[in-house]
Amino acid sequence: MATPVAAPLSGLDRFLDTFFNPTVIVRYLPDLASGTLVTIGIGAATIVAGIALGLFLACLRVRRIRLFDLLIVAWADVGRALPPLVVILIFYFGLPSVGIRLSGPMVLFLVLSGTLSAFAEEIFWAGFTAIDKGQWEAGRATGLGFTTTLLHIALPQAVRLALPPLVNRALAITKMTALGSVIGVSEILSAATTAQSFSASATPLTMAAIAYLIVFLPFVVLARLLERRFAWKKA
Amino acid sequence: MSPNRPMLEIVALEKRYGDNVVLRGVDLRVARGELVFVIGPSGSGKSTMLRCCNRLEEPTAGDVLLAGRNICTGSSRDLDRLRLEIGMVFQNFNLYPHMTVVGNVMLAQRKALKRPAAEAKAKSMEMLQLVGLAHKAEAWPAELSGGQQQRVAIARALALDPKVMLFDEPTSALDPELVGSVLKVMKDLKDAGMTMLVVSHEMGFAREAADRVVFMDGGVVVEEGSPDEIFGAPKAERTRAFLSRVSG
Amino acid sequence: MQTVLDQFLNFEIMAKALPLLMAGLLVSAELCAAVIPLGLVGGLLLALATLSKRRAIAWPSLVFVEIFRALPPLVLLIFVYSGLPFAGVRLTPFAAVVIAFMLNNSAYFAEVYRAGIQSIGRGQWEAARSTGLSQVQTLAWVVLPQAVRNVLPDLLSNTIEVVKLTSIASVVSLGELLYAAGMARSLTYNASPLVLAATIYLVLLWPLVRLVGRFQRRLAA
Repeated sequence: MATPVAAPLSGLDRFLDTFFNPTVIVRYLPDLASGTLVTIGIGAATIVAGIALGLFLACLRVRRIRLFDLLIVAWADVGRALPPLVVILIFYFGLPSVGIRLSGPMVLFLVLSGTLSAFAEEIFWAGFTAIDKGQWEAGRATGLGFTTTLLHIALPQAVRLALPPLVNRALAITKMTALGSVIGVSEILSAATTAQSFSASATPLTMAAIAYLIVFLPFVVLARLLERRFAWKKA
Repeated sequence: MSPNRPMLEIVALEKRYGDNVVLRGVDLRVARGELVFVIGPSGSGKSTMLRCCNRLEEPTAGDVLLAGRNICTGSSRDLDRLRLEIGMVFQNFNLYPHMTVVGNVMLAQRKALKRPAAEAKAKSMEMLQLVGLAHKAEAWPAELSGGQQQRVAIARALALDPKVMLFDEPTSALDPELVGSVLKVMKDLKDAGMTMLVVSHEMGFAREAADRVVFMDGGVVVEEGSPDEIFGAPKAERTRAFLSRVSG
Repeated sequence: MQTVLDQFLNFEIMAKALPLLMAGLLVSAELCAAVIPLGLVGGLLLALATLSKRRAIAWPSLVFVEIFRALPPLVLLIFVYSGLPFAGVRLTPFAAVVIAFMLNNSAYFAEVYRAGIQSIGRGQWEAARSTGLSQVQTLAWVVLPQAVRNVLPDLLSNTIEVVKLTSIASVVSLGELLYAAGMARSLTYNASPLVLAATIYLVLLWPLVRLVGRFQRRLAA
């Protein structure tokens, strides 16, 4: 064995050098930061659009129009049964050949918000069905119209029931923005894998993990607090 | 063990939750075959005392002796063994909803006593017979009335051949018309020689069946005596006040 | 219209791709067979750890759960597959997927079990303990059977999510269903194999999605 010129790195030093290399961190921090912004942007748009569409569909379903019912249920079932990555690939690679060219971020947004809307619809619908029939009757009996009863009496109660599972689901689906790395969306993970191949270091991946924790951990904790707060309902 | 030694001895029992002192030195003895009846206002600590007797609540200080053996020392395995000898009946029955009636009665016999299935089954049927519910052996708890559920709970405890039975307000979750069936089973048990410690508000039953009545208030035993003494001529002011309130 | 059909529902191409996809489906099935039991068992152990009375056990477990619920599974997978080799740990794609999923799934399953165990009242514990059953016996025979029944819909819907999640193994070139479909697409320049893969997922998972709904309604009733 050759005599080492410099002192050999200890195990801990090697670990730190591999996963927390300061030079690499400084070099790629801007890339990761802009990736984080992309993740937050697409994630926020997904949450707003997905929940809005899900809520709209659930409200429509309250009307009990047979054809709409069927379509909504089909949408919700398919959206819950299909892995989003499959749909992302179909949209991204299939649509251009029929003349529809969508950007990577647009595909990601459409698929994820569609998926979220399927879950959100089911969650809101469960909330509506859990509301006592008497609530509707009381609303209608006091002269409120269908829409007013829906908006002012049924909806607030349904939302309250729906909130904990909805936050959890929105979180799980927003995390799937990482799938954007597969179709070249420059979000956190793809910024990190690019940086990893240029720097030949695992440090960017650590940075990505930390970036995700910074973005998502607060919501995970929030979801837990919400669940705890609403837990008395079970008792 | 000397035959005169009490079956259950509670010695200087204390229980506090932080600053809140629930039991401040309770002493109580239950002789073999005796039925001791504990009364007192809510918050007097009587249920806590009962729950300390099989360490569902951990006493802060003091000892509980079962036939001379201290249950407050020893490993958790020792405790599990001792608990087999102390039957407990709860206010809310606490039957296992995912098991049939006979399944409820068999579980601890099989898992804790390691009785063979056939023996456990036979013992269960015998106990269900005793509480008048042999015909409900295959029913589910949810199909039974409250009184029937409580009698199953008694059978479940008896099947382990306990030396002592603890009853924690066994009838207070029952509709009035169902109380009688449970009290009858308790009376039969007493007549068969079981040692029993009962926390309850059924004063009529206390008069009829109890050997001794203990009045607790503020975490201590205020007064004890025969039913006639306690109900007929209570000595302590607090006992009189309590009895006049409950008898209306 | 014809181009759309040609591009997405080209039965000729689908027929050619089918054997490749079936081989991929087999790998998906193997993956599920490894990942689902590990998640179910790991989640249970983790849930028990988070419910432990000893803080030195409960708190780290809870932190573990929160961290792995916050990290996207794909990030975990890339980290395990591409990051660990820098530390001298080289794994096959299959092993990388199993490890990454194990971390992610056990955190999610732990939350489901936790809710189930907490839904069982103290009285059940006390009744069992008062008859001399040990803590482990009480858990095994009295609490868990009821807890699992209470959260059966959530366990099932979580399992569906795991099956869907196996599709991301394609990213590390593990030849499961979606990877096979992607291969077929790039060979034929046609999206039909992807549509076929989507159809296979749908056919397999749709009944389970329905089943979850049935369970939920039955429990609510």
